[in-house]
Amino acid sequence: MDTKIKIRSAAEFESAVKNITEVRGEKTVISICSGTGCRAFSSDRLVAGLEKELKKCGDKRAGNIEIKKTGCHGYCERGPIIVIHPEETCYLGVREKDLPRIVQAVLEGSVVEDLLYKNEEGIKILQENDIPFYKFQRRIVLENNSRIDPESIEDYLSVGGYRALIKAITSLGPEEVLEEVKKANLRGRGGGGFPAGNKWETTRNAPGKTKYVIVNADEGDPGAYMDRSLLEGNPHSVLEGLTIGAYAIGAQQGFVYVRQEYPQAVQSVLKAIDSARSYGFLGKDILGSGFDFDVKVHRGAGAFVSGESSALISAIEGKVGEPKVKYIRTAVSGLWDKPTNINNVETWANVPYIINNGADWFRSIGTKHSSGTKIFSLVGKVNNTGLVEVPMGISLRDIIFKIGGGIKEGKQFKAVQTGGPSGGVLPEKLLDLPVDFDELDKAGSMMGSGGMIVMDESDCMVNIAHYFLKFLSDESCGKCVPCREGLRQMLYIYERIMEGKGKEEDLKLLSDLSILMKEGSLCALGTTAPNIVLTTLKYFRYEYEAHIYHNMCPAKACKPLIRFEIDDKKCAGCSSCAKVCPVDAIIGEPKKPYRIDQDLCIKCGSCMESCPSKYNAIDKFTGLIKEKVPEGREVKIL
Amino acid sequence: MEVKQIQTKKKVKLFINGNGIKVEEGTTVLQAAHELGIHIPTLCYHEEVKPHGACRLCLVEIERNGRSKIVASCAYPAEEGLVVHTDSPKVEQIRKNLVELYLALFPFNPEIKSLAKRYGLTFTRYKKEYNYCIVCGLCVRYCEEVKKRNAIGFIGRGINKRVAFIPESSYFKNCQECMECMEICPTGVFPSNYGMDRIPQINDN
Repeated sequence: MDTKIKIRSAAEFESAVKNITEVRGEKTVISICSGTGCRAFSSDRLVAGLEKELKKCGDKRAGNIEIKKTGCHGYCERGPIIVIHPEETCYLGVREKDLPRIVQAVLEGSVVEDLLYKNEEGIKILQENDIPFYKFQRRIVLENNSRIDPESIEDYLSVGGYRALIKAITSLGPEEVLEEVKKANLRGRGGGGFPAGNKWETTRNAPGKTKYVIVNADEGDPGAYMDRSLLEGNPHSVLEGLTIGAYAIGAQQGFVYVRQEYPQAVQSVLKAIDSARSYGFLGKDILGSGFDFDVKVHRGAGAFVSGESSALISAIEGKVGEPKVKYIRTAVSGLWDKPTNINNVETWANVPYIINNGADWFRSIGTKHSSGTKIFSLVGKVNNTGLVEVPMGISLRDIIFKIGGGIKEGKQFKAVQTGGPSGGVLPEKLLDLPVDFDELDKAGSMMGSGGMIVMDESDCMVNIAHYFLKFLSDESCGKCVPCREGLRQMLYIYERIMEGKGKEEDLKLLSDLSILMKEGSLCALGTTAPNIVLTTLKYFRYEYEAHIYHNMCPAKACKPLIRFEIDDKKCAGCSSCAKVCPVDAIIGEPKKPYRIDQDLCIKCGSCMESCPSKYNAIDKFTGLIKEKVPEGREVKIL
Repeated sequence: MEVKQIQTKKKVKLFINGNGIKVEEGTTVLQAAHELGIHIPTLCYHEEVKPHGACRLCLVEIERNGRSKIVASCAYPAEEGLVVHTDSPKVEQIRKNLVELYLALFPFNPEIKSLAKRYGLTFTRYKKEYNYCIVCGLCVRYCEEVKKRNAIGFIGRGINKRVAFIPESSYFKNCQECMECMEICPTGVFPSNYGMDRIPQINDN
């Protein structure tokens, strides 16, 4: 399909879509996930291998088989994923050696059984949607990710793409589109949860003719990749939403602010813009309506703080991406002082679905005040890591245990961190909390853009808080004193506590600093940075107290507070630990119990890993007393 | 391109600590407070450059639609009927906390000294790391906006942010004639003057 015509009306659109489906006909499609996760598992090599395999087999039916590189399917834990259409047979964890069997099975119409998902009872599951990981999800925005080739606009058109744009422009007007989005109560998926419709309206009503719309794809939270996967896997849905938004707002120019560290996303968006232009979905006089709109891609130079709206605007203007002190909303005065509407990738991607299915449909999903679905990147110590899309209001327990399949290695759940570095940690007793914007806020955490990091009993909350503060202290712009100096001092305090040198007053200092940063910082990075401190202090205060008063790290994670010891009753003197010790701290002779020189030990843990499981002679200890600090103690602060 | 408005700007009335004042639209709360003779402490503010909002000493509490909010008065524009408190308990608490943080950073500035006295702060609980530069950016902004030279800039990010000369700047050779940045520096010692940031040895008193 090289001869692309610019579509000028709804009728032309229908015939073009019909044409695409007719030309394609009924084909067997082998789709391979080419999201970043699966590419790391070398799914690129699988694509090449499949092509070779199809050529080699010499079967004439092979000509009717199409290989498709799709976006992220979400089940990253078990990648690379191959799905055979139209049967939707799903193979997980495919390796190159499996390819001949897969090709053979596709030709014969059979199934490669050992690559299917096997549940706990050992029953094999054929289709993706029946796998527990997918079964409890409600995939709307992510649904097409696994069906289309992100580089092919025809693929997007064949699954109903750009239909919402046609509807918005040809049968609705800007006001009606705006009303629909307002009615749907679409709240910003980037973190704030501000109603998108209201923001659009302010921008629309702001004085001035030149207006801008921006896609915020500066996703930088550790462990989060929702926006990345959407842009990589289904860039047209974001562009379509953006164009509809621009039409409702009256903007002529759009920007996609995407991190340079996401090369695949950049490439995918650039390609999508090109092909949307060639079909006339972008450019001058879109669909003969007189509406002009085009999109530019701005590559961010990799600063977490640039996701803040005023910093993002500075960055696009060519200045240093740091927040500005400004009390006029960007909707009134934003990019080059013109009214600007910024929304997150996922927010824009929801728009076509709202226009297609109506606000009432959208409101029927989720809770009263948080409609629709939300994509989370479920990572950490959970069995099924990956991207999940769930209706708002689902409990954290359902996400972690039903979809996530529980904690790795049968360990005990300890906490879940939501909302990226700006969010907080929630303990087990809050697991039944419904996930929506307001409930998470109330618990001291936040929805954020949708990072969800699961932690188990071996994670020390003091250590975790230190990790996120370290991240923020590197990523803060360093402009205002409460954030810059507050983070610096917080790090000193944490380092002290983790070394067992914490003082009684440190907890008070931390909460004082938290209040200062929360109230006094310039932008949301500073005001939300103490969330991790406050929530860990609130829900896991006993861990801080154990560090400070007892020189103990209950999770045995803080190196200065732990030590490794060899049980001389169990040690058989096999010397495997002594061989791996990088600092030669293990002393002894073969056949006799070994001993660790605590002064030399750097606590790397190699010895514990190397000790044969039949002996299991090495263990970790913390503190002077070996008793555990009573768990579940909760002391309120503030 | 925009047509310049010939008529005089609209006036708005706001209340600072209970005192009403009429100012031109676009005036900041800090400027209005100055007109009233109310002192709001600042470090990074300078009338010739745009507000930066970094020192946070000028934080005030505003009331709008029955809600209170903490804002930087150096940048917040005066609005009709705006109620401002420059020393409400909330503001005082935040500022006291902030001054304690400054005491660990640069306790020698007269404004910090007088605030510490006001809040009865004789020592700081934070780890002292005295630094000539508090990264208020006044020199950078003054050089850029007033002198149009851009000879100084920020380098680094987060807790490593610093101020430095830009050697490549074509104006660098003219710095010796100007040196105005040194006079406006709120710590009194322009850090890069001697190519050092940290104060090597200093007596606590």
